[in-house]
Amino acid sequence: MGIDNALHDIRCLDDLAAQDTPLHRLDARAKVLATLFFLVSMLSLGRYEVSRLLPFAAFPLLMAVQGGVPLGLLLRRAALALPFVLFVGIFNPLLDRSVHLTLGTVAVSGGMLSFASIILRSLLAVTTGLVLVAVTGFDQICRALGLLGMPTALLVQLQFLYRYLFVLADEAVRMLHARAQRCAPGTRPSLREYRSLLGSLLLRTLDRAGRIHQAMLCRGFNGQMPELRAGTPFGPAEWRFCLLWGLFLVAVRILDLPMYLGGKAGGLMPGVLP
Amino acid sequence: MHMADALISPAVGGIMWTASAGLLAYSSQRLKSSLDDSRVPLMGVLAAFVFAAQMINFSIPGTGSSGHLGGGLILAVLLGPHAAFLSIASVLAVQALFFADGGLLALGCNIFNLGFFPCFLAYPLIFKPLAGQTPDKAKLMAASVIAAVVGLQLGAFGVVMETVASGISDLPFSSFVLLMQPIHLAIGLVEGVVTAMLLVFLHKARPELFGAIQPGAQVRSLRPVIIGLALAALVCGGSFSWFAASDPDGLEWAMGKVSGKEELEAPEHGIHATLSALQKRFAFLPDYNFKEPEAAGREAAPAEAGLEGKQAESWPNVSAGTSLAGVLGGFMTLCLAGIVALLLRRRAPDKA
Repeated sequence: MGIDNALHDIRCLDDLAAQDTPLHRLDARAKVLATLFFLVSMLSLGRYEVSRLLPFAAFPLLMAVQGGVPLGLLLRRAALALPFVLFVGIFNPLLDRSVHLTLGTVAVSGGMLSFASIILRSLLAVTTGLVLVAVTGFDQICRALGLLGMPTALLVQLQFLYRYLFVLADEAVRMLHARAQRCAPGTRPSLREYRSLLGSLLLRTLDRAGRIHQAMLCRGFNGQMPELRAGTPFGPAEWRFCLLWGLFLVAVRILDLPMYLGGKAGGLMPGVLP
Repeated sequence: MHMADALISPAVGGIMWTASAGLLAYSSQRLKSSLDDSRVPLMGVLAAFVFAAQMINFSIPGTGSSGHLGGGLILAVLLGPHAAFLSIASVLAVQALFFADGGLLALGCNIFNLGFFPCFLAYPLIFKPLAGQTPDKAKLMAASVIAAVVGLQLGAFGVVMETVASGISDLPFSSFVLLMQPIHLAIGLVEGVVTAMLLVFLHKARPELFGAIQPGAQVRSLRPVIIGLALAALVCGGSFSWFAASDPDGLEWAMGKVSGKEELEAPEHGIHATLSALQKRFAFLPDYNFKEPEAAGREAAPAEAGLEGKQAESWPNVSAGTSLAGVLGGFMTLCLAGIVALLLRRRAPDKA
């Protein structure tokens, strides 16, 4: 991924997080906790479960719709995250050939089921993570984690990284542009060029760190980043959000909703299902 | 390579999160006690540097492929292990949140694989002794290449263990290891060379950085001991459990003699039943082996049938599941001990 694209992706999610919807206004802690609970309950399903994963899609979908997050963006990002998962999962159909169920005349092996399950898990986990960022924002997630007990040093570190990521990435982009204007188009830097590129970037980084520290001392830095936004309380709306999603997630984790619906549908059309 | 949410079970994710959270808390504590706050912006900006550097690719001569800096080792050298661990964790968190590299549940695994090994093992145990007090070009080169290779090999092995222990993928331990380790040998070599180049460059441009880089490093000398013990536990767990696996252990054997059964039957009701039900639910390596030994056996695909067969016949009985149980068990014990220690330590200043 090029730096330009990466920066664009981050800014994209940042813009989405700057929207003002009821979901955005919820305290970040509620959204973080609900997301964690979602991940644990979804990923704890058995390896052969495919249909039971589907109801879980309601969580990212509803949140995305409520928070005004375009679904196309989510799916595109989720597809980008698939290669490693595919690389590891692709062996399942080859290794596990025991027949688990038959659809008409087609026998479905356990490996195919678990492979499908892995892909679904990946899509669900990735989209949920992105939705969380898009409806909450990085600074609010950090604040929530801080309130939930993350050490201050790590909190400050995350805030710093996020603040200077754009500055340093812009610096790197400028250096790469300068190089591109002096080189044959479409060539990657050689090892020697890479050394001087990164070396200068590193020197500039160290200098910048010194200047930032001076500036911070001038402004009375006391080891913690000041809060810019007023804190939100964990009020009734947050409790309602957590409770409703908690109940839903527990329900779909325990009950086999698709099977129940399938059974009902089969009952309406006798003879189709055993 | 980043571990993904789709491939881990909550049990493995939870354990690795516990381990990483413990290390993060420990590192923060250490930083707080030894922090001159000029390092706060340095950590943040260097993490941002690593983030940017990971996206600049260069062409590897003669292969047509490209490589980039990973950054764990150089952070450890410039910041010291504790600050570097926090910096790496922050980079991984941003990647997990914005680029879905890995995932939120897998973040614990990733922080451990890509942070713990380079910062707390490769840097203090390999880089520092090899580079010495007065590093020159050759020493820096050798130290960074070896440290980077070892760090990445351990990290890749971590990915393999976490994947196999989760049991979502069918990929058998042996072939996954054979896939991952050579790839990461190449990645480690590139990482080591790039790190060394940058360090040599920096050594020329800013020699003062290498003089007084780590305030507070000599405060406690217990760290090498602890890390040595951790390594020993890993090695013992990994190799000796091959010997221990096939026979029932002393106590089980004795109980078998006494009662005629291998394990005592527990009362069906009351707290014991509840606890053992809980334990069954959470134990993903019951009886020190994988839950489904027959599944593990089935995983021996035709491709490795020869190799696996040989391994199974030879003594000691080399089983991935058993050694994994040994390693994980040792590791979990350590984590638990560490957490207890941390809790106690945190409580102490309150009383004082």
